[in-house]
Amino acid sequence: MTHRARWAATSFTSLTALACLIIVAVVAIILGNIAIHGVDRLGLDFLTRSPEHGVTQGGIFPAIFGTVALVILMTIAVIPLGVATAVYMHEYAAKDSPLVWLVRLAIQNLAGVPAIVFGLFGVGFFIQFVGHGIDNILYGGELHYGKPAILWASLTMALLTLPTVVVATEEALRAVPQSYREVAYSLGATRWQMIRKVVLPQAVSGILTGGILAVSRGAGEVAPILFTGAAYLLPHLPTRLSDQFMELGYHVYVLATQSPDVEATKPILYSTVLVLLVLTFALNFTAVMIRSRIRRRLREGR
Amino acid sequence: MKVDDVVTEARLRIESLSVWGTRGQILRGIRLDVHRGEILAVIGPAGAGKTTFLRCLNRMTDLDPGLLVTGDIFIDGHPTLTPEVDAVLLRRKVGMVFSVPVPLPMTIRQNLAFGLSLTGNGRAAERIESALKAAFLWDEVKDRLHEPARNLSGGQQQRLCLARTLVMEPDVLLLDEPCSGLDPISTRKIEEALQELKRDLAVILVTNNVKQAARASDRTAFLLFGELVEVAPTDELFTNPRETRTRDYIEGRFG
Amino acid sequence: MRTGRLLSSPEEERLTRPSPFARRAARGSIADVLAAWTIKICATLAIASLVLIFVFIGREALPILTSEELHEEVDVPRLFLPQPGEEGGSEFAWRPVSTPPRFSILPLFVGTLKATLIALLIAIPLAVGAAIFTSEFAPSLAREIIKPSIEILAGIPSVVIGFFVLMVLAGWLQSVFGWTFRLNAVTAGVGLSLAVIPIVYTVSEDALSSVPQTYREGSIAMGATRWQTAWRIALPAASPGILAACVLGFGRAVGETMIVLMASGNAAVLSFAPTDSILTFSAAIASELGDAVHGGAHYHVLFFIGAFLFVLTFVTNLAGQWWVTRLGRKLRGELVYVPTMPSPHVATGPGDA
Repeated sequence: MTHRARWAATSFTSLTALACLIIVAVVAIILGNIAIHGVDRLGLDFLTRSPEHGVTQGGIFPAIFGTVALVILMTIAVIPLGVATAVYMHEYAAKDSPLVWLVRLAIQNLAGVPAIVFGLFGVGFFIQFVGHGIDNILYGGELHYGKPAILWASLTMALLTLPTVVVATEEALRAVPQSYREVAYSLGATRWQMIRKVVLPQAVSGILTGGILAVSRGAGEVAPILFTGAAYLLPHLPTRLSDQFMELGYHVYVLATQSPDVEATKPILYSTVLVLLVLTFALNFTAVMIRSRIRRRLREGR
Repeated sequence: MKVDDVVTEARLRIESLSVWGTRGQILRGIRLDVHRGEILAVIGPAGAGKTTFLRCLNRMTDLDPGLLVTGDIFIDGHPTLTPEVDAVLLRRKVGMVFSVPVPLPMTIRQNLAFGLSLTGNGRAAERIESALKAAFLWDEVKDRLHEPARNLSGGQQQRLCLARTLVMEPDVLLLDEPCSGLDPISTRKIEEALQELKRDLAVILVTNNVKQAARASDRTAFLLFGELVEVAPTDELFTNPRETRTRDYIEGRFG
Repeated sequence: MRTGRLLSSPEEERLTRPSPFARRAARGSIADVLAAWTIKICATLAIASLVLIFVFIGREALPILTSEELHEEVDVPRLFLPQPGEEGGSEFAWRPVSTPPRFSILPLFVGTLKATLIALLIAIPLAVGAAIFTSEFAPSLAREIIKPSIEILAGIPSVVIGFFVLMVLAGWLQSVFGWTFRLNAVTAGVGLSLAVIPIVYTVSEDALSSVPQTYREGSIAMGATRWQTAWRIALPAASPGILAACVLGFGRAVGETMIVLMASGNAAVLSFAPTDSILTFSAAIASELGDAVHGGAHYHVLFFIGAFLFVLTFVTNLAGQWWVTRLGRKLRGELVYVPTMPSPHVATGPGDA
């Protein structure tokens, strides 16, 4: 090889290797920085008490509570809708239906639409249209639902994560061999019996993965809840669907951008970020574990 | 009940059965009777329409919207292709064994009980035992019913699939090349099981293996390009076929 | 006893006995119908909601184009053309809360463009380079480290990335470079690149992995080195996929909200200097939607911007998917050009078999 060729070879290899190094280093730095500064305030107290002295003391329990409440409500909405949509498209609709193709296209590409657009929809449709409508009909114009509320925030999140659940469920349904369905039919099963007794039990892990990924996104995304229900310091925990709520990601955002004394709130801020990260990672990790267990079982031929 | 009388009543009567698919006609005006007490083998080259023919009998063709089925099929005198018929009820009386063993991802017992779970029927344990005995599988699995079905060997799995349909106590049994890929011992066991079963059922055995048809069936039908070329008692068909096409196929001139 | 009875006609049979196959309320059929209806209703609800998103955003954006009343305050020309400035002369300004309000989207457009370009300039070389390294050179060990790192990066919520840039990176960058504004297009771009790298890496790596190994083996058999093979064979073969990756990365960068909200300074400055603060489309919506009066000009302009973002990201996603499918078909040989001139040595037909 000529000198020039050798030089080109080495630089090509080293440049691409450098790219890998940089990426890994950056991730390590971010995680390390957060872990080091966040561990300070971390403790059972922090997780179970409410903020005191403004936000410089105490804990972030209301934010944790709000995040969990948001995610639970979101899950109640998104799992049935998402699974039903996927089951309908895969098991009930005609295989070459143009409607199904269109819906699948819409769902796959909706996954790339910015979260803030969903937030726009949440404000314009859920709060202004539906919320005010409910107020006019049920409360004679009094303001109950026509304002930011945990109900609207969770519905907005449900729409945001709907594509995730639908895609994961369809993938799980597709992985069930067609021969199982044929056997069930040949023994005299109706379509629903076949789905309930053969397909769904096989697809459960895949559906679970999709659900966990949706939950992880629900816990981490802030843009959709900025105007649909999240609030900074609330005196009470949310008890009704029309209440606002505190949330981990939102808390980080406000603390980081609008706190009057950055130095004083830094420790709490870092610890909150750490809690949020741990939560998201735990969820993602669980989903990845389930998914690799599914893939392993598929390779072994069940 | 006399069993070896001359059976004059056809359990299964097929009239002018034709099937069209997206690529053309698959079956052309099949006319055939199948009786209780006999095993009918259906032979023919690949693509002759044998599998489609079987699938018409238990209306598995309903699952493919691209197929058009015309003609009449009667089971014990009752039409099965008319719209008033519920295919689900039909399939409980017409059992099917596929060419590849498909154990459901459950235990052996659950596999066998699956059909019963669809109808909420009781007496499961008895029927499971008698079905397993009829499939010559009882002795091998009677202590392992709680194990996953996939732990069984290929031949055992196929006998399990046979037993699974027998639990439903069908009147007609359809087998689509059930022994392809199985070892000779399993093949023999299945053929023996069929000899016992034919007493109460009408058995239709599609097979690619001409020798199997010759040894395991009472009558044989030869299908070619969707047409029923010839049907005759097995001995007659193999020693003195009427049609040249039949003779050519049997002697291996084409396959 | 029925032996010996002559075969009766099917009609007679049917008249004398009810068919065991006739449709009737068999056990399980009620559950079947109920289940089918529930599933169909849920699916319809979900699909209708998704359609509703399209429809509603468009509906709230439409008045910009059509409403006479709204045109007093803002209309399409005022979004794009220069307006009279405060000190005389004309300007492109985004000042929705001043009197009179100014809604020129050009500052937002330039701001978004700056941040996105910087993000892509950083992310694409890093991500594609890493993808090349892991698929062409790296032993499995490196793949065990890099892929998980990328997955971890992908799992970091964007608010955390924004936090990191705001609290740590921006201060550090300013101390190194001494910029006037601590939060500007560069800091926003750096933050965005962290969000873009995972997508670009994953799609590029997928594309490179799906290039059949036989392509590479053929090249190495002719004496090429691994890097020559990567550069001349694998990369060009995977190019539709890598292009798709960049397009998808672009879509992600344009739509990302929290990172720019926290790290860009949120000032609608119209300038081409990367070290000036910016306001992007998504950040404009995110920071001003709360204050916009429902039904007012500002409100509809924000929806207009949202609709634009929606369409842009939807289209970039479609383009990305299309390119990836094209790559798959190309590699499977379905897009190969076949000459129509018959060769003299072609087989004469099936009869020769």
